[in-house]
Amino acid sequence: MSNPSDTTQPEKSESPAATPGTESSGGAVVILFFIFGLAASMVLGWVIFPTLLYSKKKQPVDFNHALHVVEVENGCQSCHFFREDGTFSGRPTLESCVTCHESVQGATEEEARFVSQYVEKNREVPWLVYAQQPDCVFFSHAAHTIKGKMDCVTCHGHIGESDHLPIYEVNRITGYSRNIWGRNIAGIKRNTWDRMKMDDCSECHIRENVRQASVQTEKGGCFVCHK
Amino acid sequence: MKIDRRSFLAFGVGGAAGTALSPLPWKLTDDSSIWSQRWPWVPIPVDGKIGYAQSTCMLCPGGCGITVRKIDDRPVKIEGQEGHPVNQGGICILGMAGLQFLYGPSRVKTPLKRTGKRGQGQWAQISWEAALNEVAEKLGTLRADGRPQGLACMTDTERGTIPALLKRFMTVYGSPNFIGPASAQDAQETAVRAMAGVDGTVGFDVEKADLILSFGSGLLDGWGSPVRMFQAYSNRQDRKTQIVQIDSRLSNTAAKSDRWISINPGTEGTLALGLAYHIIAKSFYNKVFVDNFSAGFDSFKQKVMADFSPAKVAEITGVPADIISELALQFATAHRPLAICGRGRGSAPGALSDTMAVLALNALVGSINSDGGVRFLPDPGYIFWPDPDLDPIALKGNEQSRLDGAGTGQFSHTRSLPNRFFEQFGSDQRNVPEIMLIADANPLYTLRDTKAVQAALDQIPFIVSFSSFMDETAQQADLILPNHTFLERYQDVPAPAGFTRPFIGLARPVVAPQYNTRHLGDVIIALAGQLKGTIIRAFGWDNYLACLKDTLDERWEGMIEKGFWMDDHFSSPSWDAMFTTGTGRFEFNGEKVASDPWTGAVAAEGDSSTFPLILVPYDSIRLAGGSIGNPPFMMKTVAATVLVKADVFVEINPETARKYQLNEGTPAMLTTPKGEGKVRIHLSEGIMPGLVAMPTGLGHTAFDDFLAGKGVNVNELVGPVEDAASGFDAAWGIRAKLAKA
Repeated sequence: MSNPSDTTQPEKSESPAATPGTESSGGAVVILFFIFGLAASMVLGWVIFPTLLYSKKKQPVDFNHALHVVEVENGCQSCHFFREDGTFSGRPTLESCVTCHESVQGATEEEARFVSQYVEKNREVPWLVYAQQPDCVFFSHAAHTIKGKMDCVTCHGHIGESDHLPIYEVNRITGYSRNIWGRNIAGIKRNTWDRMKMDDCSECHIRENVRQASVQTEKGGCFVCHK
Repeated sequence: MKIDRRSFLAFGVGGAAGTALSPLPWKLTDDSSIWSQRWPWVPIPVDGKIGYAQSTCMLCPGGCGITVRKIDDRPVKIEGQEGHPVNQGGICILGMAGLQFLYGPSRVKTPLKRTGKRGQGQWAQISWEAALNEVAEKLGTLRADGRPQGLACMTDTERGTIPALLKRFMTVYGSPNFIGPASAQDAQETAVRAMAGVDGTVGFDVEKADLILSFGSGLLDGWGSPVRMFQAYSNRQDRKTQIVQIDSRLSNTAAKSDRWISINPGTEGTLALGLAYHIIAKSFYNKVFVDNFSAGFDSFKQKVMADFSPAKVAEITGVPADIISELALQFATAHRPLAICGRGRGSAPGALSDTMAVLALNALVGSINSDGGVRFLPDPGYIFWPDPDLDPIALKGNEQSRLDGAGTGQFSHTRSLPNRFFEQFGSDQRNVPEIMLIADANPLYTLRDTKAVQAALDQIPFIVSFSSFMDETAQQADLILPNHTFLERYQDVPAPAGFTRPFIGLARPVVAPQYNTRHLGDVIIALAGQLKGTIIRAFGWDNYLACLKDTLDERWEGMIEKGFWMDDHFSSPSWDAMFTTGTGRFEFNGEKVASDPWTGAVAAEGDSSTFPLILVPYDSIRLAGGSIGNPPFMMKTVAATVLVKADVFVEINPETARKYQLNEGTPAMLTTPKGEGKVRIHLSEGIMPGLVAMPTGLGHTAFDDFLAGKGVNVNELVGPVEDAASGFDAAWGIRAKLAKA
């Protein structure tokens, strides 16, 4: 025990009352630093982290849903339709677009680029899909919209009324779209379409009294979506 | 303000508290768990439009109809075709794994020319034009030298338009050396040609028989059309059908049968004649058939009575005399008895007498062309091409005798003898062909005594392979002109093995060719075009598809739609009209069979003092046979009592194990007169003492890393034994010894 601080320690403790101001200011400093730490990490967690976590990507072509919904005959289903075998087509392929866009329609720059880059070269547009779920999730549009009579908005929000496609934000760690976790980094949602995590599926499944067992295995819960 | 250690601590605690109150840790936890599900090597199937395409499986002689599930243009799954007459929607494990042949790493993706020494695996990619020019130039030179018979061609089937085109090419070129396969199916057809005079295929009506007596046929191990056999097996209880399996080991088929009769290997034909003894002695035979529609019965009877007495047969076969007599009674009194033959999967022909004995047994009870019996079907004749003009070189070449001796003299009933073909090289250097074309066959793996086959191949100056895969024989080629796989091409697939009606399946491309390959039919026509003269005149089609359409004629439309053509109105001719032998009757002893067929069982090669044990190969549905290499999916299903890492297990009785001080899993050296192999021991009560059973389909040296170098090729250890009556390879095993390694 040859540490010199050992010898100085008793001296300090002998005169505690001699420095009362030092003690209170010391306590304030501690509290101040606590607040600094708290504030810095809150800023990091709430503001900096989300910005770092998501990278922003622009869709290959801007698309005006509002305009198209007016032009087409059958609403959303004109382009997002069920195939004959009951599977859902999802985003339309070039084949659907070409029925109208064989040549440039209207005068926008995006339209001209779409026709020259994709239609004329017969290249599929590599759309970025906001609602793409992991491959381990079995999801059937038919079960929800035909059997469950749900509308598109319940899950997809008002994208069908938008003039421009929103910026696509991709999670750098998971590779999935920000729309799955939701815009709110805390995961708080106000609308049904704000978040599309597993709990959001099961929340509705429980509320709507969806059969909680797989038809094939009679096993509960997980097997409804994770086949 | 004094910043000290406590301040830092406070900052840290504040930071921790703030972090906990922010979404950062919770979000990161969630994200990292999702990240761990998305390793870059985890395959994520691409989504797309689901579609189906139908075709015919060509991975075995079974001829099943298949439905291929596709996502956009990509085939993703093979299923059985619903309502297909052969497989009724079912599919076997090999068919299911068929897509791995399309996408697998063993494919030859473009024409290859050997650059290193043979078998070194050094290749240069060349264009189709360069490859075809090289083959055409070599063929032209050989022909100009007046030695067209120096061209030989080997295939793994003699049925359909592709072998017919190759055969036609050989004929107009001037060579008789078109060598097809020799399997149990070929042995059955040869026996039917000899006994009934019918040139066609042999069907077994397993669905209608009420007693199936299987002489070693692995009904559940890949025999005939495997899916059809599974179905006949699984619904036999509804039909109250009994299945009796005569087998030297407790195979899967034996285990699933109603009764298993253990027999000394290689003596199945002797047992058949032993049963005939009782049926004749007790007058249980079908007198209508024997008296009115057969010939040679008296001499057959004499032979059976003299040489196949119960005591003698019991001694040879190891089956007790009372069981033989009981079995004979059961067979003779069944309503629709059926005896079937072809050991295991039926890849080896065996002695002609074994097949003839089983056919004679069927004939004795009248199970010929009857419900539940054996059906002799005429070839589904649809290839009617005009005879080609032959120039003097071709005429002279075709006069030369075939190297394998099939179809002439003592082997007049046999079509092809691949084993004999290679054996002839040694006797006379002039017998060695100068150019050899190999299509779909893999003789270096499938023929017995592979070392001898290798030595024979080494002597051939120029080998051209048309294989879609880098198989053992393709590795030895000088030039590979890869064919499309069965999923990428049109081809007729006639006469599924053992099917009971005239039938032609049609393979249709379910996907565009994935690589720079060409249809063999187109390649033959292109080569003929380069050789000009009478050769191209024999091929009046622009391409193979035109040839196929032209050949199938009015059947084409229906086949494109349904995937097959079947003669729905076919009925077997009655006994008085069906036999086209000299006597017009069923010949019990065969017609023009040079040597006495009833000489008894073929002995295993080797002397019993040096080699006290007997090695018998066995087939399994989990290991693909023939020229096809087992795909990776199937390798995963091979049991740990058959293969562990690179070690194959041989099955022996615990008594044998005690004698040689071997235990379960002991590494051992298995030696036969033909070679040796490192194996491990698996003990089984299902095999008799003195036998060593080894699975077929392992020990590949080619194909991919999932298959190559695993186990031992049993054909390296077993040598061929020539059958005097047919020239077929009659070997069913070989003498062997086992020693701790």
